[in-house]
Amino acid sequence: MTAIAAVETETQPQLSGPVGRTCLWQDLGRVDYRAAWDLQLQHVEILKKREGGQDCLFFVEHPHVITFGRNGKDENLLVSRDRLSHLGIAYQETDRGGDVTYHGPGQLVCYPVMDLKRWKRDVGAYLRALEEVLILTLADYGLEGRRDPSATGVWVGDAKVAAMGVHLSRWVTSHGFALNVHTDLDYFRYIVPCGLARPVTSIEQLLGEVPDVNQLRTRILERFGTVFRRAMIHSGSDRIEKGS
Amino acid sequence: MIDVVMPQMGESIVEGTITKWLKQVGDKVEKDEALFEISTDKVDSEVPAEHAGILKEILAEEGTVVAIRAIVARMEAADGSSTPAAAAQAQPAAAPAAPAPAAPAVVAAPATAAPTSAAAGSVRSSPLVKRMAREMGIDLGQVTGTGQGGRISKKDIEAFTAGGGAAKPAAAAPSAPAGRPVTPAGGYDPFPAAPDSRFGDYYVEPLSTMRKAIAEHMVRSMHHTAPHVSMIHQIDCTPIVKARAAAKDKFLQQNGTKLTFMPFFLKAAAIALKEYPTVNASLDGSDVVMHRDINIGMAVALDWGLMVPVIKQADGLSVIGLQKAVNDLADRARKKQLKPDELAQSTFSISNYGGYGSIFGTPAINQPNSCLLGLGALHKAPIVVDDAIAIRTICYATLTIDHRLVDGALAAMFLEKMRSVIENWSESVL
Repeated sequence: MTAIAAVETETQPQLSGPVGRTCLWQDLGRVDYRAAWDLQLQHVEILKKREGGQDCLFFVEHPHVITFGRNGKDENLLVSRDRLSHLGIAYQETDRGGDVTYHGPGQLVCYPVMDLKRWKRDVGAYLRALEEVLILTLADYGLEGRRDPSATGVWVGDAKVAAMGVHLSRWVTSHGFALNVHTDLDYFRYIVPCGLARPVTSIEQLLGEVPDVNQLRTRILERFGTVFRRAMIHSGSDRIEKGS
Repeated sequence: MIDVVMPQMGESIVEGTITKWLKQVGDKVEKDEALFEISTDKVDSEVPAEHAGILKEILAEEGTVVAIRAIVARMEAADGSSTPAAAAQAQPAAAPAAPAPAAPAVVAAPATAAPTSAAAGSVRSSPLVKRMAREMGIDLGQVTGTGQGGRISKKDIEAFTAGGGAAKPAAAAPSAPAGRPVTPAGGYDPFPAAPDSRFGDYYVEPLSTMRKAIAEHMVRSMHHTAPHVSMIHQIDCTPIVKARAAAKDKFLQQNGTKLTFMPFFLKAAAIALKEYPTVNASLDGSDVVMHRDINIGMAVALDWGLMVPVIKQADGLSVIGLQKAVNDLADRARKKQLKPDELAQSTFSISNYGGYGSIFGTPAINQPNSCLLGLGALHKAPIVVDDAIAIRTICYATLTIDHRLVDGALAAMFLEKMRSVIENWSESVL
């Protein structure tokens, strides 16, 4: 027999689109950094234990937070921690790769939890693929995103529009990328983003208007599905948390 | 002592920074337990221990940048045995890609593939052991496995080379569960070697148990049991589209689950099977086993393979009952909660590749059935109705038959019956 599910015949037949492995996705809305991290870790554990666990992807937006990767250097935080809390910015050390970064409202944060054993066992290829997703998405808006061989992330001109940081545990990914949509870029002045003294930008700044975030998410999902060869399936929270 | 090396994390990665040792010298380490953390550009990774043992010596302190495959620590194996330092053993995940400049010599070119015995494909061993064997020119079929289920470990290879190649009893290692031999007595090998597939940049994974079972089943069904022939009917599904549309909202409300087209096809198939019982039969040797029950297996695609749970006595169920059975079985298949008897005793099976967009297919028979129904996607198309062109929702239904038992004419009559049931569907669902 050919590999088929017997249940999901719909009136609207889908005659095109990516086929192959599925990746469940969910938009969690505004979520505290730590809570989103815990949710990823739960799913990482499921994927590590179970051969059949499904890849998934979470979209979130964080309240103001400055996070430190394992390679974070103190000198890249330009204000004291007391000052941060005074400014209403949380501080969080994490296990992702990379230096220091800022997350906040107006930023589209995407956390794919994927088993790279079922894709490519190659962290470089994974980062390049995430960049590809973003570059293709930006192109939909007429923006020319590019890579910088010396600095992971996506750049438009000389300014960084999306930052990346990833953690792997037995080839299962966590963390991901943060795309500045209409982020208040002033918040970046408290840090040296990723330890690089280079400017940061946002889609709003580049386009002169705020794009529709739902549409942006849809485009990212389409590109993600194409680049990683996954059928992107929207999921209720219940389904992802159980890891079914 | 076992050498612990910096794993290869990808083609373009030549070095990494040790960010944290999760174990200290003297600590006991379990196999697969996270041993240390490394950091490459923007990615932090945990590195699990390949072997159980005691961490004896840390050679690369935290903060050091280390080339891939360089030795970063030494461990004493849990069983006290020492293994030769083989860089490749450190990370089965590593692709045997281009060796890094700083690496100790790692042979990545299986230029001269060792001759493999016919049984080699079914020998249980890790990709690493298979590669070792290939590189050392050893036929794994000749090595006695002492691991679980006759699994060949590195130690067995070493013992084999030390002993000058002791001959092995001929029996193939038992592999698949439930007593299903991977190399059946028929003598054919579902897993012949294909050494010329190993080129360029690649990595090797063992076939999962489920995939092995599927592969064996497919080779047996298609090439060693049933001559497959497929017949295709076009069915105008407009009547069931209407019936479903009329019932689906209420159905969802009452049952908390969607009404799909699957139960309509199951119902039509059950009616047609009653009329043409040979389609519901099995061939056992030269006996035709005529089943009085109509038990329909339905293929459920899973991320890790395929299962065919069975709806027993499907002819006794209503459309609602069939939908509930479909949902329940598919759901539990995905959760790995099916009981073995729910996967057995099908008399006929259905494969709904239409759910994935295929218009029609030529699916393979699920043994020991003699026929399988494939359903293509329902889609709107212009068709001729009463000498006029009309837009209707149609689908192509395929019946694949075991031509030893069923002929094309019978297959066509069966499909014609299904078509007539669906095209004349008038009863309401609820």
